[in-house]
Amino acid sequence: MTTNSLTTSQGAGRAGDKVFSGAAMAAGCLILAVLFGVALFLVVQAIPALTAPPESIQGGHGFFAYIAPIVVGTLIAAVIALVIATPVAIGVALFISHYAPRRLASGLGYVVDLLAAIPSVVYGAWGAAFLAKEISPAYDWLANNLGWIPIFAGPASATGKTILTAGIVLSVMVLPIITSLSREIFLQTPKLHEEAALALGATRWEMIKMAVLPFGRPGIVSAIMLGLGRALGETMAVALVLSSGVLTASLIQSGNQTIAAEIALNFPEASGLKVNTLIAAGLVLFVITLGVNMIARWIITRHKEFSGAN
Amino acid sequence: MTATAVRKRSALTKGQLPKSAPYIVLAVALVVGAAILALIGFNAFGWGLVSAILFAVGLVSWSGAVEGARKAKDRLATCLVVGAFLIALLPLISVIWTVLVNGIPGLITPNFLGTSMNGVTGAFDNKAAEDGAPVLGGIYHALLGTIQITLLATVISVPVGLLTSIYLVEYGNDRPLARAITFFVDVMTGIPSIVAGLFAAAFFFAIVGPGTKTGAVAAVALSVLMIPVVVRSSEEMLKIVPNELREASYALGVRKWRTITKVVIPTAISGIASGVTLAIARVIGETAPILVTAGFATTINNNVFGGWMASLPTFIYTQILNPTSPSNPGPSDQRAWGAALVLIILVMLLNLGARLIARIFAPKTGR
Repeated sequence: MTTNSLTTSQGAGRAGDKVFSGAAMAAGCLILAVLFGVALFLVVQAIPALTAPPESIQGGHGFFAYIAPIVVGTLIAAVIALVIATPVAIGVALFISHYAPRRLASGLGYVVDLLAAIPSVVYGAWGAAFLAKEISPAYDWLANNLGWIPIFAGPASATGKTILTAGIVLSVMVLPIITSLSREIFLQTPKLHEEAALALGATRWEMIKMAVLPFGRPGIVSAIMLGLGRALGETMAVALVLSSGVLTASLIQSGNQTIAAEIALNFPEASGLKVNTLIAAGLVLFVITLGVNMIARWIITRHKEFSGAN
Repeated sequence: MTATAVRKRSALTKGQLPKSAPYIVLAVALVVGAAILALIGFNAFGWGLVSAILFAVGLVSWSGAVEGARKAKDRLATCLVVGAFLIALLPLISVIWTVLVNGIPGLITPNFLGTSMNGVTGAFDNKAAEDGAPVLGGIYHALLGTIQITLLATVISVPVGLLTSIYLVEYGNDRPLARAITFFVDVMTGIPSIVAGLFAAAFFFAIVGPGTKTGAVAAVALSVLMIPVVVRSSEEMLKIVPNELREASYALGVRKWRTITKVVIPTAISGIASGVTLAIARVIGETAPILVTAGFATTINNNVFGGWMASLPTFIYTQILNPTSPSNPGPSDQRAWGAALVLIILVMLLNLGARLIARIFAPKTGR
């Protein structure tokens, strides 16, 4: 009787084990399939746009003439965002990891994480309704005083809905990403390195310069790369803030466009070949962000292996 | 008299600024900043900026004169780091303030949460803007759509994400497949949300037919964004379940799958639940994928599998970009900000809920 129930339960258990491990593995494979599917379906739907005669694509000069300016616009917006966000994010990360009183630090970290919780469309609305209006006098000043630099060439946009405003909004959105990753890395700095530097008479800043930053450099680089990935793909902030147009060098005039915003603004009303063109644009964006993210992840994994952290 | 005062200063503290130095400099900087701003026209932002610059310059140069260049550099670094933190707070405060100020009038409009935009035309908005008639229309349809789409996305993502994390932690053993999944899950977290939307759209265009736009398509798009978040957080939580628990269970002769479902998951459930809640909070505010997959409706749609569907983020977006009455965008703006306030409250509640869940369902430690 006892043996019987044992064997039956074993039989059921073995089947249960097989089913469960199979389901777990299938779920894992499904994720790989989805990522592969993302690439596959984008390529399939993009092919008509890539093979279509040039004059049938918007602009009339083929797909690459259509995509090139908005790729450049995407890069401009992302670079602005990173130039602003990186120093601030590293400062905030250092503040939370090494400057703030220990008891406040986790609470302050949570406050910065709140920045990441705000939906992108709200940032877009804020940028369009508040920031653009408030910042346009500064653009006037830039145009009048630094107008000889091509990126500040006037006349400045009266509404303030420029690529620079969009870049500033993007920088706010990537700030929490760079901050939280750099903070993690800074907190992993070996305590002995820090204490050795302090014991040799280093000031706090010298200790950070000698122990924390060299240790965290790969982490910072990959955090910036991940921030870049986010800035490249962010849609709503740009779609709502930027009054788009042709590619222009000046950052304080209306003009320029990013891939993501171009898709969001045109896809809902698109039909026919236009849909394929936009999906092809999405494919380009996918490839760019995939490359950026893979490099970032590769740096993190490589760093993990010899740092002894984790 | 002076001789005693000099003798009282210890050799150890010689050449240092008094502890009150930053406060003195701050007070002076605030006063001088106010004076400068009074000359060129006062505003609070400029006052803060000028005072901060004066404070940094003053403290660093004083420290440089008394304490030497190294200490001065240290103080400069401290000023910059604290300044960076304050700068990071500015947009947060500004965004929340803007949404509150603009959103409350929309939110307190009668029936804002209970009506849809069905039948609300530009004529009503013109009347509201010109004659002061009440602003009609609300976000009921969008709220309903958001809840339906997010629920469906959760139903898809949680089993897949949880099973994947179980595979990675319990069965993976650092096999090539497990390593590939870990890597690609990390890569997937970086997929731009609009590309996820395009994928879902392209997928359904190919399978069902061109132009298919329903709530379910949007849910698939959101799942693509949500699964990696669920996998990452559940994986972390499963990893910290002590191995002793598993071994104790195996020692009692319990099967592996029973061990996982009866021992490992209940131990980690608080972390998993809060991770899922955070993942929901992340996708509930996504706009771009819904925009390209579910279109935008002005009426209530209770069917996720058929017809265009509104959602809070796309409602905000369309109301701002294409006001109901192009000549009088005021009422549309009011509705958009009201919806933005509701959305932010939802996201904050989910974030709070995640923390509460983590605390309430935390495994009892026994001691």
